[in-house]
Amino acid sequence: MITYLLKRLLEMIPTLFGITIISFFIIQLAPGKPTDVLADLNPKMTPEARERLTKYYNLDKPIHVQYLMWLKRVVKLDFGDSFSTDRRPVWTKIKERLSITILINSLALVLIFAIAIPIGVSSAVHQYSLYDKITTMLVFIGFAIPTFWLALLLMILFGVNLHWLPVSGLKSLGYENLSIMGKIWDSVSHLILPVTLEAFGGLAGISRYMRSNMLEVIRQDYITTARAKGLSERKVIYKHALRNALLPVITLLGLSIPGLIGGSVIFENIFGIPGMGQLFYQSVMMRDYPVIMGILTIGAILTLLGNMLADIGYALTDPRIRAR
Amino acid sequence: MTVSSQQSEVRSLKYIFWRRFKKNRLAVFGGVIVFILFTVAILAPFIAPHGPDVIDVKHVLEPPSLQHPFGTDDLGRDILSRVIYGSRISLAVGFVAVGIATIAGIIFGALSGYYGRWADTVIMRFVDIMLAIPTFFLILAVIAMLEPGIWNIMIVIGLTSWMGVARLVRAEFLSLKEREFVLAARALGASDFRIIFRHILPNAMSPVLVSAVLGIAGAVLVESALSFLGIGVQPPTASWGNILTIGKDNIEIAWWISVFPGIAIFITVLAYNLLGEGIRDSIDPRLKI
Repeated sequence: MITYLLKRLLEMIPTLFGITIISFFIIQLAPGKPTDVLADLNPKMTPEARERLTKYYNLDKPIHVQYLMWLKRVVKLDFGDSFSTDRRPVWTKIKERLSITILINSLALVLIFAIAIPIGVSSAVHQYSLYDKITTMLVFIGFAIPTFWLALLLMILFGVNLHWLPVSGLKSLGYENLSIMGKIWDSVSHLILPVTLEAFGGLAGISRYMRSNMLEVIRQDYITTARAKGLSERKVIYKHALRNALLPVITLLGLSIPGLIGGSVIFENIFGIPGMGQLFYQSVMMRDYPVIMGILTIGAILTLLGNMLADIGYALTDPRIRAR
Repeated sequence: MTVSSQQSEVRSLKYIFWRRFKKNRLAVFGGVIVFILFTVAILAPFIAPHGPDVIDVKHVLEPPSLQHPFGTDDLGRDILSRVIYGSRISLAVGFVAVGIATIAGIIFGALSGYYGRWADTVIMRFVDIMLAIPTFFLILAVIAMLEPGIWNIMIVIGLTSWMGVARLVRAEFLSLKEREFVLAARALGASDFRIIFRHILPNAMSPVLVSAVLGIAGAVLVESALSFLGIGVQPPTASWGNILTIGKDNIEIAWWISVFPGIAIFITVLAYNLLGEGIRDSIDPRLKI
């Protein structure tokens, strides 16, 4: 197990390296690089900002030197200072927004699996039934609905028309004066719409995947064997089939993380949640290059960590993987 | 083998495809919708009841009526006409972005699968890296460096979505390159270029076609999200995403701005998904994409 983990960790290193190279080359696209004459005409780039960019990225030095010097700082999580008026270090700005984004994404992930797995299993067990047909249709609809549009519709319904749920931010105005239960409900009610919508995006794909895995597994010989020796259908499905059908889904968990993190840009923007996605959006609008590069790199590292966790989960549940 | 028997073989494969496809009602439905979308996009100036950019300060934020079936926005522009013109953007972005992704995916996948060894290692490692970066972050970062606009969006979406195609093409090449017809071509002295593009690639195209059709749906969604965030197609050019931005700003008073462009995106994406799945099932139901 430990050698397996070490191997996986070592494999992550070249990927991590590649991510920094790609991030680094994206910043080369920015106006303000020495070769870019047009930057003089770009009103969004003040001379002062350009000077700071040149200084931070050592744009006057050869490109491999630039990269190495940048990498040396990134390893220490030093992404430079923000271009915005507060000029605080990028890492400080990201750090204070990271937890809420991770919280919402984790909750969404739990919700996805809590809903998608039962749906996938039951529609596989009752293949071609009315239930299966309805869920299949819902999955198609789920794939096609732009989630940010669904967010707008739910805001109109629950926020504007029914006034059931708040549509913006994390806390209500009078939050400090609420009782403890009131505070808890207040926080929960602010999270309901964003978490549901984050989850919605992954729901269709994973329930579909679960269904096809389950269909494959229940056709295996050992399921027939289990039935033949007289086990109850319940035991056959939930003990023998489900466990094996679940395995590949665990890797999917890792793969769905980049999508979730990307989605937080949209949802945090719509619902006014002060997370990493919102910071990223604001930085893109203000061309705050150091913050953009910082979040891009952190986002990729989070994704790698997510994949890593999924791999560990996979190895824990499947002894065959560990043996490799 | 005579030429005529080869031709009848080809014809019968097409025949089998069509017979299967026509039976799949949902796929045909998707195909019809896609056809209608094309027609609407091409004939937009003749179909749209008003100009898409005609500002009418006397009819601002009006709910749907006979005059304006989808209502008007905050500048009095007709939403229906803007939605009709927006279909042009969606179509263009969908096809160009997917075209770029497919070409890049084929080239990388073919090189990786055909040559193997270090080319395979390097390219597949690159694919892993690209997949590790949240795509939406990558797109936003690149757009922030360049200027937002329809051409940049097409290119960026294309260059960030070729990885799936590359993997598919690689897998096909890995199995096809060992087949007898490739050996025969090589024995006859065909160049690598000819073997890759004339002998193997045509046999590897079905999964690529399916993933391209499904990819259009994805590109339409990404474009609308980017335009919604204000980093995509810039106003006054109408795109479904940027109409929704106005909808969000007026969410408390004008639901119609938020509702109709979303339905257009939904129907378009649904149609391409149904069509793509239908084509896949008709080519080979066991194909896994």
